[in-house]
Amino acid sequence: MVKLNAKTLHNEEYFYGHKACGGCGESLALRHAMKVLGPNTFAALPAGCMAAVSFIYPNMAFTTNAMITPFAATGAVASGIAAGLEALGIDGTQTIGIAGDGGTADIGFQALSGAIDRNDDIIYLATDNEAYMNTGIQKSGLTPYGTRTTTSPAGKNLPGSVNQKKNMFEIVAAHGIAYAATASVGYLEDFLAKVAKAKETRGTSYIHVFVPCPTGWGYPAHKTVSLAKAAVDSGLWYLAEYEKGAFKLNRNPGSFTPVADYLKAQSRFRHLTEEDISRIEAARDAKWENMRRQWQG
Amino acid sequence: MSGVKRFICGDEAVAEGVRLARPHVVSAYPITPQTIVVERLSEYVEEGSLKARYMHVESEHSAMSCAIGASSVGARAFTATSSQGLLYMAETLPYASGARLPIVMMNANRSIATPWNIYGDQMDAMFLLNSGWIQYYVEDAQEALDMMIQGYRLAEDPEVMTPVMINVDGFVLTHTYELVEIPLQEAVDGFLPPLKMPLNSMSLESPKSLCISAGNDTNMEFNMKQHFDMLRSASAIEAVDRAFGETFGRTYHGALEAIDTEDARVVLITAGTVTGTARGVVKALRAAGKKVGLIKLRVLRPFPVQRLIEALKGVEAVGVLDKNISFGYEGTIFTNVNSALMAGQMSPKTLGFIGGIGGRDITKANLEEAYGKLFEVLEGADLDRVQYLNVRCDY
Ligand SMILES: Cc1ncc(C[n+]2csc(CCOP(=O)(O)OP(=O)(O)O)c2C)c(N)n1
Ligand code: SF4
Ligand SMILES: [Mg+2]
Repeated sequence: MVKLNAKTLHNEEYFYGHKACGGCGESLALRHAMKVLGPNTFAALPAGCMAAVSFIYPNMAFTTNAMITPFAATGAVASGIAAGLEALGIDGTQTIGIAGDGGTADIGFQALSGAIDRNDDIIYLATDNEAYMNTGIQKSGLTPYGTRTTTSPAGKNLPGSVNQKKNMFEIVAAHGIAYAATASVGYLEDFLAKVAKAKETRGTSYIHVFVPCPTGWGYPAHKTVSLAKAAVDSGLWYLAEYEKGAFKLNRNPGSFTPVADYLKAQSRFRHLTEEDISRIEAARDAKWENMRRQWQG
Repeated sequence: MSGVKRFICGDEAVAEGVRLARPHVVSAYPITPQTIVVERLSEYVEEGSLKARYMHVESEHSAMSCAIGASSVGARAFTATSSQGLLYMAETLPYASGARLPIVMMNANRSIATPWNIYGDQMDAMFLLNSGWIQYYVEDAQEALDMMIQGYRLAEDPEVMTPVMINVDGFVLTHTYELVEIPLQEAVDGFLPPLKMPLNSMSLESPKSLCISAGNDTNMEFNMKQHFDMLRSASAIEAVDRAFGETFGRTYHGALEAIDTEDARVVLITAGTVTGTARGVVKALRAAGKKVGLIKLRVLRPFPVQRLIEALKGVEAVGVLDKNISFGYEGTIFTNVNSALMAGQMSPKTLGFIGGIGGRDITKANLEEAYGKLFEVLEGADLDRVQYLNVRCDY
């Protein structure tokens, strides 16, 4: 397979003219995923920013087939599309469910689990901006510790969100899924390669892509890609794959860039104390120790 | 063309009807008293007598969502549920109807918790009366089977394109065995040809965005179009039933069946299996010289206003039997019938009868009592507008 990058990727667009904010990481992920998947894609998107900005009658942002699903139903609708196409004998298509962190880790979790259980031939793309953005930046199950959101305010008593991110990648892998990966829009070539791999996979694949959101995180729009990189470089996010029953770290940096630099660039974390930051670092180190011990040969 | 006769229960009749309708995708989640339907359908898929994908979804919400996905690409989709399951999938019902997807669903009518109860009343379907689905209520197993076939023909009519819910009374019908004629597959194939790719389907030739959002500048228009197509589907309901009669030799009189109403002074309106009991009561009362009639209301949405007005011309007192309570008011069908009478500028006396809640029996004696009360009202008695049948507490 040709390595996909800025030079080799074609100039066709299948997702444009939407009304996402400038600098939206989520729409960047969608645009690139659609370029890899191509014109025969059927996309299913639940409620969330991407559905809200892409299907405003009469302006439709997908040039391929696409539909909004009930919020909880991404996995089930995508399965239904794939089953319908198969039953009708329509070949050469790719069905993809594309849901936010809330739509994936919270309300859509059950339907996602059902789809993986059936091993339906779909891709599930989770676009993680770490909060319910479309409804105005509320805490989700993937909001990390110490995040100020509109329902996890930071104040004298609480540092914002007090929970850890649910570990969706490993939860999905624990289903014995055909293919799963994490990615970041900061490392686009890696993301493109993973989407291409998911496309080749028969059965269910899951890609969890990290997508900064200038509006919800409080940073200038031009910093989306650099923050998406910084999350990986500081070790707060990681690039990995799960295939044929085995985990693999795609990037295993010898040292991390400072967590504080990443955090302090965003208003959602600006209230964090030294102590909070040490706590976040400690959790990061424990996570990496586990990943390195368990996943590396 | 007549098929073979078999002694089967209501749920099995539904499954036979669905098999004959040849859906591409069946997605369902088990719930009493619907379970036999999905068990039979999965057996048919296993043995190959039904060439469909059976989707083991993890909930009713996903059952309907999966059907929505399949239907959106032009596949014929089926699901079945009941009670808590119907309410659990509630969000997805207007979703399917708004997207104009011709899905057919069987609902085994069952009580709603709490208190928990698995027996039949019709509270579940009433919750979804406003969901944009055509709603049928059937009387016996033969009608249950036949309506699966009629249901798809109606739902897929290009002028209708509206999902159809067939309500089958829990246990009294789902689990009761009757002799049922299974139509021949060739006859069904003639009556119900394969679904032609509907105009609104997603397809490779003509990619589409579905289930879109429409702001306040267009939203009302989308809803109006859906509403008026549903109203107009009233004529398709009659036409499909007539065509069914031409092929299979039996019809159900469209949206309602009027029994002995022509010269009747009092008429009772029923929906579902209790109609069978009422037929016997009417026969007996007629034999005793009482001018009574019966209307079997088969369709609640679109509400057959004109047909009701015609059937009730000259009737002096109308009773409506509701196996549901709209808490804080009265039976839902009663409200609808009174409104239809107003529309027809008719003013017979009316009484609502609420019974059968949580599977409580509605006996012949109860129905005789109901007819009796209607006559009492005609003689000037001042009775409560809503009467409760076979209740064991003070209220
Ligand atoms: C059943 C239901 N509950 C709640 C909502 C409201 N809602 C719409 S979008 C949304 C947030 C979506 O968050 P996420 O999935 O993270 O996607 P994002 O907007 O961040 O891209 C919520 C809560 C809804 N549409 N449906
Ligand atoms: S709020 Fe965030 S996720 Fe939503 S469109 Fe704007 S940038 Fe994208
Ligand atoms: Mg989000």
